[in-house]
Order: sequence, then structure tokens, then C-alpha cells
Amino acid sequence: MNEELLKVEHLTKKFEDNVVLDDISFTVHKGEVIVIVGPSGCGKSTMLRCINALEPVQGGRITIDGDEIVYGSKNLSSLRQKIGMVFQSYDLFPHLNVLDNILLAPMKAQKRKKDEVAKEAVELLERVGLRDKAKSFPRQLSGGQKQRVAIVRALCMHPEMMLFDEVTAALDPEMVREVLDVILGLAKGGMTMIIVTHEMQFARAVADRVLFLENGSIIEDSEPDTFFESPKTERAKEFLNIFNFERSKEK
Amino acid sequence: MNWDFIWKYLPLYEKAALLTVRIGWAGIALAIIIGILCAIVLYFRIAVLRRIVSVYIEISRNTPLLIQLFFIYYALPKVGIPITPEVCGVAGLAFLGGSYMAEAFRSGLEAIEPIQMESALSLGLEKSQALRYVIMPQAVSVSVPAFVANVIFLLKETSVFSAVSLMDLMFTAKDLIGLYYKTTESLFLLVVFYLIILLPISILGSILERRLRHAGFGS
Repeated sequence: MNEELLKVEHLTKKFEDNVVLDDISFTVHKGEVIVIVGPSGCGKSTMLRCINALEPVQGGRITIDGDEIVYGSKNLSSLRQKIGMVFQSYDLFPHLNVLDNILLAPMKAQKRKKDEVAKEAVELLERVGLRDKAKSFPRQLSGGQKQRVAIVRALCMHPEMMLFDEVTAALDPEMVREVLDVILGLAKGGMTMIIVTHEMQFARAVADRVLFLENGSIIEDSEPDTFFESPKTERAKEFLNIFNFERSKEK
Repeated sequence: MNWDFIWKYLPLYEKAALLTVRIGWAGIALAIIIGILCAIVLYFRIAVLRRIVSVYIEISRNTPLLIQLFFIYYALPKVGIPITPEVCGVAGLAFLGGSYMAEAFRSGLEAIEPIQMESALSLGLEKSQALRYVIMPQAVSVSVPAFVANVIFLLKETSVFSAVSLMDLMFTAKDLIGLYYKTTESLFLLVVFYLIILLPISILGSILERRLRHAGFGS
């Protein structure tokens, strides 16, 4: 097993009295792809948001490379640069074109030279099939294209790991594929990732480990084949059954 | 209409118009600065400052400019701060305009979805950088219509400056009416000069608005 990259220990998150994450612990090793599945409202997205310190937490520790990620702390932006995050709603900056969207953070946060970043950005855009869109504005792109730009934007910061928060949930089926292919490509390239998704077949294809989350707890942590073939808990079986349809009529 | 009178006193109005514009711009520039600062305080809900800003906005928006000018002009020297009519005009306009600008910018800031900030932060930008490069440009273009309306409103408000003996347009008109009883001519010149000042701003504003809408980024 590779060295540990991200460690979550006894993470607890409450909204007032409502416990959203209840004593979550897990470790992500370098190069590992973790897929988190579970019913809506089980805390999947909140967990990713906590890892990126977009939410204050009420207990526990999150560390990356041994550095603790604390909500509101001073060194947060340098820690966040190690973690790329892609949201469900793309969230490109609408007033900037594709290239400027990608260049902003590397130039301002990492003080890198424009030429160097632009060269890299164009290469990455090429890889996701969007080279000709560099000068387009977000409003001129389809959902799938925006999401691929958002991925490139995060990658250009050279993160050590990526978080994907239901990145295909707002997309048409045809566009889902183009985005998932990009993520599969990253997995092949050895990128460490935590992926929250409802695409079960994709989860099975990309995951090294699957975490099943319910009511703020990890109730299953297994290899993808084990999880999808023979889940240990009844709850996971039920959940996976939702994705199977029985034929309504005999033909 | 006595055109000889109008030609004779045209230079007087020109001088007064320049004064109005000079004080107007200085006051509006200050109002914009105050407005942006207040809007940021409100947007980030900065603890104590937020209270002070809210109180300021309520006072500033719910009292007439004339009263504010009187207060500045007559009360400040009493506590040992001497003040000229010009400074008083600029200060009064800034005090009044600051709150209107603050509300315009605040509504612009709040129109930007919080996730824009989050996605900027998640990229590793500092909060101040996110504000400057991501939130502000979007917020400013949202608030352009309100901003232009405020500029016009404030320039019109300058017509009460004569109360603190600033020789502005209104002062000049009243003066001439008092001296020569040429009411029609004096008021005619007054209207013309206000239009000369305000129409270009109004037209420029609607051009700007239209261009921003066409560039309208949607998302």
C-alpha cells in the first residue's frame, strides 16, 4: 500500500442539533480512488465540503500530508491548493472565458507565469477535447463541456488529490459519459480521488474502494466487486436494489 | 423671454455648473468608496462594524440632505472642526450617497451565488483574492443600473447646496430672480444646465447597461 495522503479521524458535523456526519474515520492512500455512495441526504456532499474546509466541523481531525485542515485557519488556501474540487453545478466564473477561468488561480494563488500556465491549460483542454473552446464564455458551453472545463481548472493547480461532488448529477445522459471518461482517464493516470456519485456502473469501474454512507455513518467499506456483488449489510443490499428494475410484464 | 439677459448671465451659470459638477464628483467618488466598504462589511457580516454600518445607513437614508448639510455646516464648527461650504457639500453628498451606494453594491454582491465564492476558495485563492477577481466583477456589473440611478439622484440633490451658501446652479438662479425678477429666464437657464450635466450621464448609463446585458454572462 502506498503512503497515506488524506486522513479523516472521528469527523463529526452537526447543523444545530442535526447530526450530519457521525464519527467518520477513513484514510485515503496515494493513487487510491474512493467512491462514496449512499442515499440522498446521507452526508456525502457535506463530507467533501468538510474536507475542503468549506464547512466548520464539530469534532474530529482531517489531515492532508500530515497537515491539519482547520476551518478558518490561516494556511487554508495553501492546503486547499493540494485538493482540487469539482462541484455538481460546475461553477465556472461567468465573467471570464474558459482560459481565464483556468488561469486565475494558478496565476493569483500560486504566482505562476501566464505563458507557462496557459500552455499547460491548452494541453489539458486538448486532452478533454475542448481546445477550440479556450476563448468561449461559460454561457456558450453545454453542461458537459462546462464540467470538463471545471475539471481542467482544478487540475491546473497540480492538486495532490481531487474531490468530485456528484459531478454528473445535473447533466444529460449523453454528457455524463464525456465527463466520466475524463475522470476514468485521471484514475488511470494515478490521481488520488474521492468521488461522490450515483452512477453505480461507473463507481464499480473506477473505484479501488467503495464507502457506503448512511445517516452520517460509514456502514460499509469494501472493494467494489465485493460491495456490488455481495454487500455485507442489508441496507446496502436494499440501496443497490433501487438500481435494478424488474420486468413489469412477461414477454 | 429676454435673450439678452440669458446671454449676459450665461457665464455665471457656467461657473455655477462647474462648481456643482466638481463638488458632485468629489462627493460621489467618496460615496462610492464608502459604499463599497460598507457593502463588504455587510456582505461578510463583520461583527461590530456591521452594527455601525446599519445604523449609519438608516440615519443617512432617512434624513434629508438639507438637514445633513445643516448639521455638518453648523454643528461641526461648534465642536472645533471648521468647515468651508465646499467641504461641507462634498461631505454631505458622501454621507448621503454612501448609504445608497452601499445598498446598490450589497444587492449586487448578494445576487452572486455563494458557491462562486466556494469554488474560488476551493481553488486555493485567498478570500480577498476571490472577492477581488471573482465576486466583485460580477457584483459590480449587476449593480450598474442602481449605481447609475444613484449618481443621477445625487447630482440632482446638489440643488440644496445653496442652503450652505455654495454658489451652485440653484443659488445662482435664486440670486438672479431676487435681483432682477427675471424668473422665466433664470429658471430656464437652471433647467438647461441641469440637463447638460445629467443627460449625458443618463444616456451613458443606458448604453453601459445595454452592453452589460448583451455581454450578460448567464452561467
